[in-house]
Amino acid sequence: MSDSVLYTVGSLSGLGFLSSFLLYLIANKFKVFENPKIDIVEEMLPGANCGGCGLPGCRSLAQLLVESEDISEFYCPVCGNDKMKEIAVLLDKSIPERKPQIAVLLCNGTCDARKPVTTYDGPKSCRISDLSIASDTDCDYGCDGFGDCVAVCAFDAIHIDPETNLPVVDPDKCTGCNACVLECPKDLLELRPKNKRNLKIYVACKNEDKGGIALKACDNACIGCSKCAKICPKDAILMQNFLAYIEADKCTLCRKCVDVCPTGSIIETGFPPKKVKKQESAVVQN
Amino acid sequence: MDSKIIISGSPHVHTNESVKKMMYKVIYALIPALLISFYVFGLSALILTVIAIASCMIFEYLIQKYLMKIPTTINDGSAALTGLLLAFNLPAGLPVWMIITGSLVAIGIAKLSFGGLGSNIFNPALVGRVFLLISFPVQMTNWPKVFENRLSIADAVSGATPLGYMKEALRDGNITIDEIMNKLPSYYDMLLGFIGGSIGEISVIALVLGGIYLLWKKVITWHIPVSMILSIVIFSTIMWSIDPLHYANPGFHLMTGGIMLGAFFMATDLVTSPMDNKGKLIFGAGIGLITMLIRYWGAYPEGVSFAILIMNAFVPLIDKLLKPKRFGA
Amino acid sequence: MLKTFPKGGLHIPDNKLSEESPIKTIPLPKIVQIPIAQHIGTPPEIIVKRRVRVRTGQLIAKATSMISANIHSPVTGMVMKIDNFTDASGYKKPAIVVKVEEDEWVDGVDTDKSLNENIDYSKEEILSKIKDAGIVGLGGATFPSHVKLNVDNYSTKPELLIINGVECEPFLTADHRLMLEKPKELIVGIKIILKVLGIKKAVIGIENNKPDAIDILEKEVKTDPGIEVSALKVKYPQGAEKQLIKAITGKEVPFGKFPIDLGIIVYNVGTVFAIYEAVQKNIPLIKRVVTVTGKSIPDPSNFWVRLGTPVQHLLDMAGGIPEDTGKIINGGPMMGKAVKDFSIPVTKGTSGILLMPQRDSIRGEVQACIRCSKCIDVCPMGLEPYLLMNLTEKVLIDRAKKEDIMMCIECGSCSYICPSNRPLLDYIRLGKAAVKNELNS
Repeated sequence: MSDSVLYTVGSLSGLGFLSSFLLYLIANKFKVFENPKIDIVEEMLPGANCGGCGLPGCRSLAQLLVESEDISEFYCPVCGNDKMKEIAVLLDKSIPERKPQIAVLLCNGTCDARKPVTTYDGPKSCRISDLSIASDTDCDYGCDGFGDCVAVCAFDAIHIDPETNLPVVDPDKCTGCNACVLECPKDLLELRPKNKRNLKIYVACKNEDKGGIALKACDNACIGCSKCAKICPKDAILMQNFLAYIEADKCTLCRKCVDVCPTGSIIETGFPPKKVKKQESAVVQN
Repeated sequence: MDSKIIISGSPHVHTNESVKKMMYKVIYALIPALLISFYVFGLSALILTVIAIASCMIFEYLIQKYLMKIPTTINDGSAALTGLLLAFNLPAGLPVWMIITGSLVAIGIAKLSFGGLGSNIFNPALVGRVFLLISFPVQMTNWPKVFENRLSIADAVSGATPLGYMKEALRDGNITIDEIMNKLPSYYDMLLGFIGGSIGEISVIALVLGGIYLLWKKVITWHIPVSMILSIVIFSTIMWSIDPLHYANPGFHLMTGGIMLGAFFMATDLVTSPMDNKGKLIFGAGIGLITMLIRYWGAYPEGVSFAILIMNAFVPLIDKLLKPKRFGA
Repeated sequence: MLKTFPKGGLHIPDNKLSEESPIKTIPLPKIVQIPIAQHIGTPPEIIVKRRVRVRTGQLIAKATSMISANIHSPVTGMVMKIDNFTDASGYKKPAIVVKVEEDEWVDGVDTDKSLNENIDYSKEEILSKIKDAGIVGLGGATFPSHVKLNVDNYSTKPELLIINGVECEPFLTADHRLMLEKPKELIVGIKIILKVLGIKKAVIGIENNKPDAIDILEKEVKTDPGIEVSALKVKYPQGAEKQLIKAITGKEVPFGKFPIDLGIIVYNVGTVFAIYEAVQKNIPLIKRVVTVTGKSIPDPSNFWVRLGTPVQHLLDMAGGIPEDTGKIINGGPMMGKAVKDFSIPVTKGTSGILLMPQRDSIRGEVQACIRCSKCIDVCPMGLEPYLLMNLTEKVLIDRAKKEDIMMCIECGSCSYICPSNRPLLDYIRLGKAAVKNELNS
């Protein structure tokens, strides 16, 4: 009896030792040298693999940060300047500061303003619906509202507002990782500078049709009337394809354009409410 | 939806078939075998069936609603079908709490913990049956004698399945197949189903009828039943021709145990069988082979359930390796 | 035993409601809207201005690159607008709007209906006539015909011409009626193509659900030893080029290759007729046969329609728009596109307009895949649609590409057969678009 127990224990432990030795040999043979700093840097990165740096994941960024001579091109928007500086110090390299950014939806075609004319019946995905039709409304450029951006956001920062059927970006959660910008089939999301009180002024429309057609499709459309461009003291507003675009670098947030816009397609956020305020001219999103 | 023009991608027409209809077609196909079992085992078979179906549906509803918090799918008939198939694989007169336990294992563990209909790797009804068979071997092999106590639910007089009897007899030795066969029910009884066994597996003719119905309605394809039965016939013919004194003839093997139920209803379960036709052929042949290995040399007299579950585990591999031939390749 | 392709395919209820209705010429609409992008390749360049009067058959947009096609005015009238309008793709695209005044043809066009059987043009002349007439494949692919016909473009020599008279799409009967009513013209058209290609052999493939067309064409080809009619077993999607070639010759066109690599050229009967008219009568491609059909349409018919005619006008001619219309489909029910409203114009690729009642238009509830393998069984290309959909859903585009997602011909058989109502083709299309994007970037 005791013999068989001994035999069993002995043979199994022998096998175990043998295989562990083999594993050790194989592991040594196939070992790939990696700079240990890569692990340290990867640890410091958020680990969301959101793709905000333009690379497939946090590890690839860490690898490039450690291995490249010049790292000024790499930046993790999720970490922010402080963390990136920390990483740069650790690696004994320098990295330029960047302004924090936030995703902004360039469409204000709410259910009320932009009446649907057809019903799309199929998978609830912007990309798939776009293969069949531009949109259920008469606007070819506006938001589909199926929330491909919501699905792609790794930080839970975008949600569809059930009332307007448009995605709303949560300024506290948005890291400016660019994932939603890349996902949107209609390029309706843009990264704009993020400042302390989330003060932003932007044209929430991408409709390149002529004013009349655009307005017929959507009450909040930019009709390309150029009033804002004329009033802007800093020449920050570009007119192209019947569409205004506010350049964030030049804009001083003076809000003159907001007042002058006849359709309310220019949106301001974060400002305290004005004393005298027209109903249409200030659609505050958040 | 209001009367706006509807936009969607092509195609704009759809077949009449639906998951629900397919499930009910399988249930219809099982009805002849069910009636035979009522006729043979009486009230206890009826109770077994009703309890298995009801508990499967109730468990599916409760788990989906309160544990998984997703819309329930009890209306699609898949839970009812699992319950019916589970009942078919159990002996009449099994204690009610065991039936319910089996249903819980089938629905809760084998089906819903994998993600529900379509995601399960193993055939739920068979997982339930095998769980019961391993946990409660005495009750699960307590086969009531046919045509006895049909109207009572009291413990029936237990008999044996032809396969169980043969295994026992061969193990005792000093007896040839012919002598064993003389003590077993006639082929005629086997064909009609007047033999001991799980309530659904006994009647070869009813199961084949159901299988033909499913083939006609295109719910299943011929590949799995044919390859499974063929591999059993080939294997048992080889063994029989080598040693006819200790190995039964192929006809006996085909007509006893769960081969027909397995071939037409259990192995062809859409979710747990391979997608490609070549894969189906291999899958069926594998089941046949493993079944016969268990029957000849295993501890259990019958091995269809185990064989199907073992081959279920190979389905992802088969699907990965065997692709349909691409056009022009 | 009738010929067919062996792998996949399925039987769909025919619903050829307009089978018995002869092709009618309808009055001109009040305005026509002629989209510029009517074919595969570069859109042509518009050469007319606003407030210019154009005549029927006058060139209004000129082909710019090699793969492009001319567009002619289908009516006589004033150019009202040149602007973006929503077309069948669901997007706004440039189009020319002409207010119809009358039907005054440009000079040199032979509008006489009599048959002209003598082909007395050289190969080059025929090619340039086809190019000038702006002829594209009318079966739906809309590939410019002069490019396809030019043998010098190919490294392989053509050996066989296949004429596609299959029309496997349910409901559509345009090709069927054309074969019945213009068999003699079709044979001349086939001879023209044979002459250009420099070959002798042509096969007309017709599905067996059109026995009258088979009979009539068989009678016509009796005197021509080179042309034969091949009756095919009814099976969707036999009208797809690769499936038709497989059915008739038994050869498979490999992925990434074209029929010409096997020495085969396929033409739709509609295109053959257009080529006949262009070469023998100098008529540019400004009209085509359109089936207007649907279960709720009072009078399902086949019309000779000038390109650019709004769908609304066709429906008025077919007895009006039924009240419960849920879907307007440009094309057949399997591969056609659902369009937004009744103002969409007929283009070169429009083979039919199908209206579907509200109750048939809504898709069923999507359920989980039960791995029934029906999609694999019906896929004529030997793909695994369920797998391609799952891969695309999980954004595993590289793997989807490895599983040959690009081979898909979008016939819709998988979505049709799926008992779980899964939008297989929608996802496969998405996956294909993603693969194409990856290639481009």
